[in-house]
Amino acid sequence: MTTTRSGARSRAKAPAGGAHTAGTSPVLDLAAVIADPDTRIIVCCGAGGVGKTTTSAALALAAAEIGRQVVVMTIDPARRLAQSLGLEHLDNTPRDVPAAAQFTAASGGRLQAMMLDMKRTFDEIVEAHSEPGKARQILENPFYQALSSSFAGTQEYMAMEKLGQLRETGKWDLIVVDTPPSRSALDFLDAPHRMSRFLDGTMIRLLSAPARAGGRAYLKVVGAGLAIFGRIITKILGGQLLKDVSHFVGALDTMFGGFRQRAQATYDLLRQPGTAFLVVAAPEPDALREASYFVDRLSGDQMPLAGLVLNRVHPSTAPTLSASRAEGAAEGLASGGSRTDLLAASLLQIHAERIRTDAQEQRLARRFASAHPSVAVRAVPAAATDVHDLDDLRSIGAHLTAVPSRPGKTRARRATAGPIA
Amino acid sequence: MPAPTAWPAARLHVVTGKGGTGKTTVAAALALSMARGGRRVLLVEVEERQGIAQLFDTPPLPYEERRVAVAQGGGEVRALAIDVEAALLEYLEMFYNLKRAGRVLRRMGAVDFATAIAPGLRDVLLTGKIKEAVTRQVKGKRAYDAVVVDGPPTGRIARFLSVTEHVAGLAKGGPIKTQSDGVMAVLRSSQTAIHIVTVLEDMPVQESADAIGELRAVGLPVGSIIVNMARRPLLPVNAMARAASSRLDATAIAASLSAAGLDGESLAGPLLLEGLEHALGWQAQQSCRARVQDLGRLTYELPELQGAIDTGSLYELADTLTDAGIR
Repeated sequence: MTTTRSGARSRAKAPAGGAHTAGTSPVLDLAAVIADPDTRIIVCCGAGGVGKTTTSAALALAAAEIGRQVVVMTIDPARRLAQSLGLEHLDNTPRDVPAAAQFTAASGGRLQAMMLDMKRTFDEIVEAHSEPGKARQILENPFYQALSSSFAGTQEYMAMEKLGQLRETGKWDLIVVDTPPSRSALDFLDAPHRMSRFLDGTMIRLLSAPARAGGRAYLKVVGAGLAIFGRIITKILGGQLLKDVSHFVGALDTMFGGFRQRAQATYDLLRQPGTAFLVVAAPEPDALREASYFVDRLSGDQMPLAGLVLNRVHPSTAPTLSASRAEGAAEGLASGGSRTDLLAASLLQIHAERIRTDAQEQRLARRFASAHPSVAVRAVPAAATDVHDLDDLRSIGAHLTAVPSRPGKTRARRATAGPIA
Repeated sequence: MPAPTAWPAARLHVVTGKGGTGKTTVAAALALSMARGGRRVLLVEVEERQGIAQLFDTPPLPYEERRVAVAQGGGEVRALAIDVEAALLEYLEMFYNLKRAGRVLRRMGAVDFATAIAPGLRDVLLTGKIKEAVTRQVKGKRAYDAVVVDGPPTGRIARFLSVTEHVAGLAKGGPIKTQSDGVMAVLRSSQTAIHIVTVLEDMPVQESADAIGELRAVGLPVGSIIVNMARRPLLPVNAMARAASSRLDATAIAASLSAAGLDGESLAGPLLLEGLEHALGWQAQQSCRARVQDLGRLTYELPELQGAIDTGSLYELADTLTDAGIR
């Protein structure tokens, strides 16, 4: 794989000269992004079902092949990814991907993979940041157990925490993150903010007050002015739950502060130029609407956006034959009647449908380009079958990192550098 | 007389599916088909994405039940996008007569706490509101004949529907426990059917199988599997295998194309390549279809529609469901 360093620093901007016209996007040069030693973190985000996890893995493998020390962290527990990496399963500790060694050996690169286990990560924070006695108290608290294992939302905090941890070890020079499939895949950006809002609020003082006061004189501690609030909370939560929550929050008080700082540090880290955010979308209205939201949200938070991966497009191999002409010819052949004629008619029908799909996808891509003219785009053609092994990942990786300046070299290259590019 | 359905008593239909399988579209089509024959159906959205408003081409839905479509025989579909904060305040008023407390709670950060920091509570509020709509009576009659929920994706559905039980487990006794027990009683009963939307691809089929296992494990009633976006075979069935292994006669195809007035010489190659991809895709789809059948659930199949989905396509899909016996 040839790589160039040029353009890596300006990857979020339109190409110099402003040669591209309205409705077309600059080409996202992912080969340059992964080859740039300054790229330390790649975050893939996008709606569910657009191929985010596969994109993360394919990119991580491609980076390891050119000599980088890579860890890919996936959040999605889908077993197929583990299988495609040749692993039985993934867990909370980064493990070598043995099957990748044959591709990375020559360059000295390395690929490791892990899957976020939010409960394990949460437990580790508790263990690392409190004395053994207190840690056990927290780990055994029913409210903690529910919070750390079953409630949605915890995942976002833990993803931030884990990313910070991985970065801190300095063991890898590139971390590829697949974001949680949450209702908004960018919820994790809110983690530090929400945490602060919570910790700085009255709520936490109220909740931790009974524990500090030994479970008694709750209202006296917080002041009579807040009596009404206390009554409401007690009425809603009931005595026992309030006590559990209160003990939990009380015990976490110190630790939580550290957690907030780390979440903030990770958030700041994400804003550094060493991070590249990739928005992944399928060429469908819903997925692109979500992608637009992500792009706006990332730029609002001043996060370094590398660009959009437009996944599973259907470029035609015979773009000059229009759908209506193909259908006209098919009609004639179908009435002719020989078996080969019927077969040719079917192929023309397939082509017509494909041309229409392609046109629809390009229309959506143009709309996205008009709304976000400076966002670089990389289109990846749909594979006919699902990803099963490392070879499949490599072929996706090849599409992702194909060098844009040399289009038309192979069918695949032409596809990626089609009218979208 | 419509065919009997496999869930005669169900009035709450929760639709889930892996992201990207089109569960919002399917939920809307299901609601439309159930509204036929003069029935009143409520279509509920829980993820604050306003997907229903987009599908029915209406302005964003407020937190109130609005009519979005009418069906044959005087039936209608109303839609509700549940706003968690509003649901919390409504809940407080309904059960604790604490409406004015809402402002105090918000100032204290308690609303943030309930809806964001403790997301478990958020799901409790959502399922509580759904149960309320299912059991609501107006003048001694059910307010809705059916409630269709555009639910969270398969990865979260079991947790979403049973979260209220987790919370009940935390609050041994007390008002939350009472409320949770009521919600779980409805969700576990034959009044509820959880339908799983899938497309014929490996990962969504696998996730559907996983979801069925998870739902069963927590004692929630699985309804049907709805296969969405099934592609039609465009090659004669007996030619699929040959096309998939590139064994079609390129020279003969080129001749046919030329006879039809096209440049057969240069087109045969690309067209055969597209045919190959189509055949491979079809074979993959067939093996997924077999896996879906092995799951042993009542299965419906919706075709892939050409072009963008609009309100018209919803009626088209609803027709398919009605023809398949959904009422």
